[in-house]
Amino acid sequence: MTEILPAEGVFSLLWVLIALPAAGALILLLGGRRTNTWGPYLGILTVVGSAVIAVLMLLAMMAEPAEQRTVIQNVYDWVFVGSFQVSFALQLDQLSIVFVLLITLVGALIFIYSLGYMAHDPDRRKFFAYLNLFVAAMLLLVLANNYLLLYVGWEGVGLASYLLIGFWQRKPTAAAAAKKAFVINRVGDVGLSVAIMLIFVTFGSVTFQDVFGQVGEANEGTLTAIGLLLLLAAAGKSAQFPLQAWLLDAMEGPTPVSALIHAATMVTAGVYLIARSNAIYNAATWAATAVVVVGLITIFMGAIIGSAKDDIKKSLAGSTMSQIGYMVFAAGLGPIGYVFAIFHLLTHGVFKAGLFLGAGSVMHGMNDGVNMRRYGALKGVMVITFITFMAGYLAIIGIPPFSGFWSKDEIIHAAFERNSIIGAAAILAAGITGFYMTRMVAMTFFGKKRWEDDVHPHESPKVMTIPLIILAIGSTFMGMALLFWGNIEYWLEPVVGYESVPTPLPTWVYIVVTLVVVIIGAIIGWVTYARKDVPIEAPRGNLLTRAARQDLYGDAINDVLVVEPTYKSAHALTTFDNKAVDGFVTWTASFVGDLSKRLRRSQTGFARSYALSMVGGAIILLVALILVRLS
Amino acid sequence: MNFTPPAIDYFALSPMIVIFAAAIVSVLVEAFAPRTIRRFLQLLIVFGALLTSAVLIVLNAGTRTVTGGGAVVIDGPALVMMGTIVVLSILGAALMAERSIDPVGDSFAARASSLPGSEDERQLTQRGYLQTEIWPLTLFAVLGMLLFVTANNLLLMFVALEIISLPLYLMTGMARRRRLLSQEASLKYFLLGVFASAFYLYGAALVYGYSGSIFFPEIAQSLTSKPSESIVVFIGMGMLIIGPLFKIGAVPFHQWVPDVYQGAPTAVVGFMAATVKVAAFGALLRILYVAFGGVRWDWDPLIWIVAVASMILGSIVALLQTDIKRLLGYSWIAQAGFILVGLAAASPAGLESTMFYVIAYGFATVGTFAVISMVRDANGEATNLAAWAGIGRKSPLVASALSLFLLGLAGIPLTSGFVSKFAVFVAAIEAGATWLVIIGVIASLIAAFFYVRIVVIMFFAEPTEQTASVVVPSAFTTISLSAGVAVTLILGIFPQPVLDMLSNAGLFLR
Repeated sequence: MTEILPAEGVFSLLWVLIALPAAGALILLLGGRRTNTWGPYLGILTVVGSAVIAVLMLLAMMAEPAEQRTVIQNVYDWVFVGSFQVSFALQLDQLSIVFVLLITLVGALIFIYSLGYMAHDPDRRKFFAYLNLFVAAMLLLVLANNYLLLYVGWEGVGLASYLLIGFWQRKPTAAAAAKKAFVINRVGDVGLSVAIMLIFVTFGSVTFQDVFGQVGEANEGTLTAIGLLLLLAAAGKSAQFPLQAWLLDAMEGPTPVSALIHAATMVTAGVYLIARSNAIYNAATWAATAVVVVGLITIFMGAIIGSAKDDIKKSLAGSTMSQIGYMVFAAGLGPIGYVFAIFHLLTHGVFKAGLFLGAGSVMHGMNDGVNMRRYGALKGVMVITFITFMAGYLAIIGIPPFSGFWSKDEIIHAAFERNSIIGAAAILAAGITGFYMTRMVAMTFFGKKRWEDDVHPHESPKVMTIPLIILAIGSTFMGMALLFWGNIEYWLEPVVGYESVPTPLPTWVYIVVTLVVVIIGAIIGWVTYARKDVPIEAPRGNLLTRAARQDLYGDAINDVLVVEPTYKSAHALTTFDNKAVDGFVTWTASFVGDLSKRLRRSQTGFARSYALSMVGGAIILLVALILVRLS
Repeated sequence: MNFTPPAIDYFALSPMIVIFAAAIVSVLVEAFAPRTIRRFLQLLIVFGALLTSAVLIVLNAGTRTVTGGGAVVIDGPALVMMGTIVVLSILGAALMAERSIDPVGDSFAARASSLPGSEDERQLTQRGYLQTEIWPLTLFAVLGMLLFVTANNLLLMFVALEIISLPLYLMTGMARRRRLLSQEASLKYFLLGVFASAFYLYGAALVYGYSGSIFFPEIAQSLTSKPSESIVVFIGMGMLIIGPLFKIGAVPFHQWVPDVYQGAPTAVVGFMAATVKVAAFGALLRILYVAFGGVRWDWDPLIWIVAVASMILGSIVALLQTDIKRLLGYSWIAQAGFILVGLAAASPAGLESTMFYVIAYGFATVGTFAVISMVRDANGEATNLAAWAGIGRKSPLVASALSLFLLGLAGIPLTSGFVSKFAVFVAAIEAGATWLVIIGVIASLIAAFFYVRIVVIMFFAEPTEQTASVVVPSAFTTISLSAGVAVTLILGIFPQPVLDMLSNAGLFLR
């Protein structure tokens, strides 16, 4: 049984983890232009500070025995109304610490990278302020010890994401993308807020401890409802089917944002939510199955979209959807999958950040061009970017010993522990991953030059390449380190549970089959895009390609199902408002206005009539008094 | 003849004694000090006396005593009212002390006695005479108000009523510009005020005739000891409260209000509107809660009628006003109705909420008139709303302050007005007068319209050639304005300390 310890020693700094980046955001936003010169450095410093504290906490936590690793710090009493009592309390355990480390360490690298990437942007300070805001909100999200506080962080990262997607507001596409992300995320947020209400009604509390402790007493129907609502929330934040449409547009934001928020951290919040709520899903089988289905659909949608996009960032975004699909899928498998969902989340956080920053580095050298059909043969020009990108590439397609191999392989293995059909589907999707990533690498770094005339590619400055190198090292070794040295499954077990079920075939068979399928996918990609010339104009393509270029008609479906009906009902309501409501209001106003005109006439200006009305009034009042007395 | 002088608790009375002494000295200064230093001395005396009095009131906190032969009562509510009157008087006096706004000097007539439009007046104005007669009058009015809220018998209350009224009649007629309007208002106020006083006196006589005493606690006793006696005492009570009801401008004793608001010098209106309302409600509360507290069911219907009539008439007639001072006059009438809703509860909650309301209202009102005195065109103050179009674009800070006050008067959350309206409505509902609250809410809706209309005119209308300009005032007006803003915000966001203070003030000493 896990013990809950008060926050002492280094853990007493728990609130500082959040306060540091929050203070940074505050200073940068309130300080205004005065902080332009040193503001970005302050922003980096606060995140590095949080990262140092996080590492110290990890070390302190490792020194404790496994069941004494949960620490709760009550910062202050937040809402105390009748039976609704919520503290602003932070909880650090094995699950939250790995998130804190991912957020602060990868965050720090991306902050440093941004220093170079945003060097010439006039609003660089504002950019760092928003990034700081994001880090603070994300840390609050993963450190909250109750659903309500988690919700605050959840909305906070949503806000930061909105601000950063629309950072280049002068581009109408960026503004529209920000709005789209905001609106679609609201749908998921409604799920979360209703889930929290339902949780409170059912359990009388919103803290994780109380809720998970009482899961056994609730009926399964309620738990399924809560599970499905939480899944809706997770789908919104993590761009899962059917709320996936915003992520591709979100690539309008600056590339470091895509790397930090829309690949490594924020979009994985949904996975965190499901893993954190494992007790609920373990008791609600139908909800867990729904999670698997949503994950599986998204794996394929993302992979197919990623295979057809010519925009390097959008292709990576499709890949992110697909990889998060893997995590959600694994989380839906139950105790056999939670730990591997988190494991893949960590490795993906590192290698996808590396890939995005690599893509950013390429764009930096290509005058911000994103069309891969105008890339080609960059491996000689951008050596560091190329090598680091290859590390990420090998990691994501899952070639041993790179980190993605270990985590994805575990997920596939866990899928086979449950059901061979979904296992086979997961392997097939891995093959598609091999295809689209090879296509991306081939189109970008190999083949012939297809550069536009005024483009002179060059390697990026050190401030950008050093984070790339560090992330590449992580992409290479992190999987092995977490699995063999960190024993990730046993580390997380006290929080999310872990069990292993025998599979029909020996483990090595799955590994070999997966590798073979991936390599076949990669070879197809190589033959199509490196061997042959890539046309600058995209060919018409087959039906699936065209569908994938349209994001598998995600927007069209949204338009028909949601946008059009909403517009129509809004128009109907406007008409009703103009005719019926306004009509009534206008009538009332003119009635009162008339009354006002009549009453004003009583103000004649003659003292004698004033006195007379005083006498009249006094008589009425006295008569009233007498009548009351007599009755 | 054997006469024993009554025992007097001088310390408890000291806040009033200070003001009284200062008023006498102020008269002497006016008579003997050379013109050049008169203003300096007067300001020294007025602000010195008001501040000293405020300190003495604070030092008296916790005092509960009846002194002066039973004529004066100092208790928690009385001290709260006295403190509020003195503080509001300081802010009001600051408005009157302003000499940077009007290019000629201050906003008072060069000599109040000169005939409007006469050669005499023209010459005085040309020579730039500035008078300081306003100060002794102010001090006497403040003294009257302090006595009004502490009076424990019918006679002293009458004397206090007259001490308030006479200086105010004069002050109303002292406007430098539009003197005819000002003097007409003064005369009307005087005539009708005397009329109301007569009602009060007649009522006092009837009550005395019934109970054989002029002291409030004894009147209350006589009501319980001989309950089924004639209805004379109730007629007496009804006539009695016409005095304070006239002062708060409740319907049907309200007709003087718009005329006086429009005619009197703006600084005087700011002073008067804030303080007189506190004093008159203090007296009304004491009469009804102490002397007639046992027969609540007999006077409640009367207050209901007056409250409903005031809320509705004030709100509706204000809708069509085009002069901002006149509009605020009608709003004053409506506000009196809202406060009466709380008073009608006849409970500790009713007492607290009524006091909270008059405090919140007083500060917002002083601030409002501070702003009005600053908005000017070539002819002096620009009180026509047409001249206010787009002022928010030219002077956003001042217009925002006025908007805050207006939203406060309308009762929008996060301002003091919301908390106070909420408090009186809650008190009324607890006392079972839900229907009254429903009418109150409807009237607030109508009232919100004309308050917000001013905000809309200031911020959303395009400035025209008629648009007035905002004059930068001296520290005097700035202090009043800032105090108004601060209190309106603080009471709106953190009302709890003040609410606690009011509930600790306890009930009236019977």
